[in-house]
Amino acid sequence: MLNYTLRRLLMVIPTLLILVIFAFYLMRLAPGGPFTSERPLPPAVMANVLERYGMDEPLHVQLWTYIKNIICCFDFGPSFAQKDRTVNDVITQGFPVTLTYGFWSAVFVLALGVPLGIIAALRHNGFWDYTMTGLAIFSQIFPNFVLAPLLVLLFTLSWGLLPGGGWNGGQWQYIVMPAIALGTSYMASVARLTRGSMLEVLGSPYIRTARAKGLPERTIILRHALKPALLPTLTYMGPVFVYMITGSVFVDVFFSTGGIGQDFIDGAYSRDYSILLGLAILYAVLTFALTLAVDLLYAWIDPKVRAGLS
Amino acid sequence: MIGAVKRRLNSATFADERAGEMVASRSFWADAGRRFLRNRMAVFSVGMLSVLVLFAIFGNLFSRWSFEEIDWNVLGRIKQDGGPSLENGHWFGVDELGRDLYARVVQGTRTSLLVGIIAGPVSVILGATLGALSGYYGGRFDRTVLGAYTIWLAIPYIIFFVVWQAFFGRSMSQMILVIILVNWTAGLLIVRGQVMMLKNREFVDAARMLGMSDLAIIFRHLAPNVLWVVVIYTSLVIPEVIMMESLVSFLGVGIQEPNTSLGALLSEGASTMTFGTLWQLGFPAAIFVLAQVSLFYIGDGLRDALDPKER
Repeated sequence: MLNYTLRRLLMVIPTLLILVIFAFYLMRLAPGGPFTSERPLPPAVMANVLERYGMDEPLHVQLWTYIKNIICCFDFGPSFAQKDRTVNDVITQGFPVTLTYGFWSAVFVLALGVPLGIIAALRHNGFWDYTMTGLAIFSQIFPNFVLAPLLVLLFTLSWGLLPGGGWNGGQWQYIVMPAIALGTSYMASVARLTRGSMLEVLGSPYIRTARAKGLPERTIILRHALKPALLPTLTYMGPVFVYMITGSVFVDVFFSTGGIGQDFIDGAYSRDYSILLGLAILYAVLTFALTLAVDLLYAWIDPKVRAGLS
Repeated sequence: MIGAVKRRLNSATFADERAGEMVASRSFWADAGRRFLRNRMAVFSVGMLSVLVLFAIFGNLFSRWSFEEIDWNVLGRIKQDGGPSLENGHWFGVDELGRDLYARVVQGTRTSLLVGIIAGPVSVILGATLGALSGYYGGRFDRTVLGAYTIWLAIPYIIFFVVWQAFFGRSMSQMILVIILVNWTAGLLIVRGQVMMLKNREFVDAARMLGMSDLAIIFRHLAPNVLWVVVIYTSLVIPEVIMMESLVSFLGVGIQEPNTSLGALLSEGASTMTFGTLWQLGFPAAIFVLAQVSLFYIGDGLRDALDPKER
């Protein structure tokens, strides 16, 4: 188990390096930069600016300095476009926001998706089953960027129940809509997946045995069927987290929560190398961490996998 | 009367016709086609999608305005005068800048459908080819491809998208190119699995014994057998690609003005909905949802018709 974890962690390093090198050269080789503007700077000023940011050196030296600073001092460098902030500032201010509603969104996905899937499986072809199928189709057709305006239209403009954006220190009213907009389609997928595996488990012989023994239905479901039925859902959570990170960029922009997604997009507009690169690394690390956590959890729960690892 | 029916049933042409039908019905694709046609929702969706395609191609013929022309008569009074109206020719109203929304929605639908129809199939073909090669050859090549696949899936595509779009312009062709690059994994795993299963069959051995090269075996003998997977996968990837494009355009790093796409229109509509100009959100959203609904049911129908497990 420990061995496996270590191996996975070791694999992250080359992957990140590839990502950094690739993104770095992609950005630098492209025409234009953070200091290109309508009115070009005088050459002398430009040279000074470039020197100030260390951009007068050859590319590989800059790359090396960049990587060295991250490893030794956890320093992602200054922002090129926002003169008064460093990338570290951007991350420390924006990341907790993204993480907060991301967490609640994940809670929403699991706390609603799993029970819905189980109920749909227990009431196979019943009302809840059809409701859920409808929900699954709905969520496929209304992705977050269509759903979010609709939510604002209903909850903010029509009923005036929730604020249409902002963060305000993370009061719950400001978290509800971002979390729902981010999570709904995955909630539906989780419900569908849980339903499928629950149906499969309920049809298996050992459940019949449990029924034949005369165990109460509640015990059968909760003690015998639930755990194996949840395994596919758990594996699915890895990709879900990856998609949710993509979605969070949208949520940050749409709801103006002040999360890192907004800075990421702004960085793209202003060609802010360091912001783009720093946030790309952050997103990638977050993805790896979440995927690894899911895999470890999976190994911990599924004895077959655990045996295979050690 | 009965005599005539009897004569017809006994005639040679009738027998030939029936025999022809039975032989024809053995073909996998004809069979699948018939199953697809029996699925009413799927057939209806094909009709709906055709209407959308016609709308995207010929919609401009019915418009009195071009998609970048500003109607100075309504500018400044958009909330009062800019709504959908038959009188001034703005069927869908005007956008924030006084441009005809109908013409812009036609333009946006064109962009979104075109991106989906080009980028979707091309990325699946790319992924399927890689999957077929890696399933056929196995070994180190397979491991490399699979490793790259795992790493790629672990990176949120938005990172790559935003970085690329920011630095390499935001034209339509760039958009299609970057979507293909992001989606090279589409269909890879499933085609790889199919090829691994098929490559040990007798017909492949026979082809090899006849001296066919590996590539000829893959493209002439294996490809037709995995075509159904590719078709199903393409039908799933196209709506996904349209969604990707719309999301990126919504974020403002997609197609550049004055060109537009459904995502960009949705974003504009969403940003002005507080001013009460709801048609600016409603029409693009309706078209987007229609496209997604029809693509969803077409994909569903194709899966039911083609997947042997569904029968």
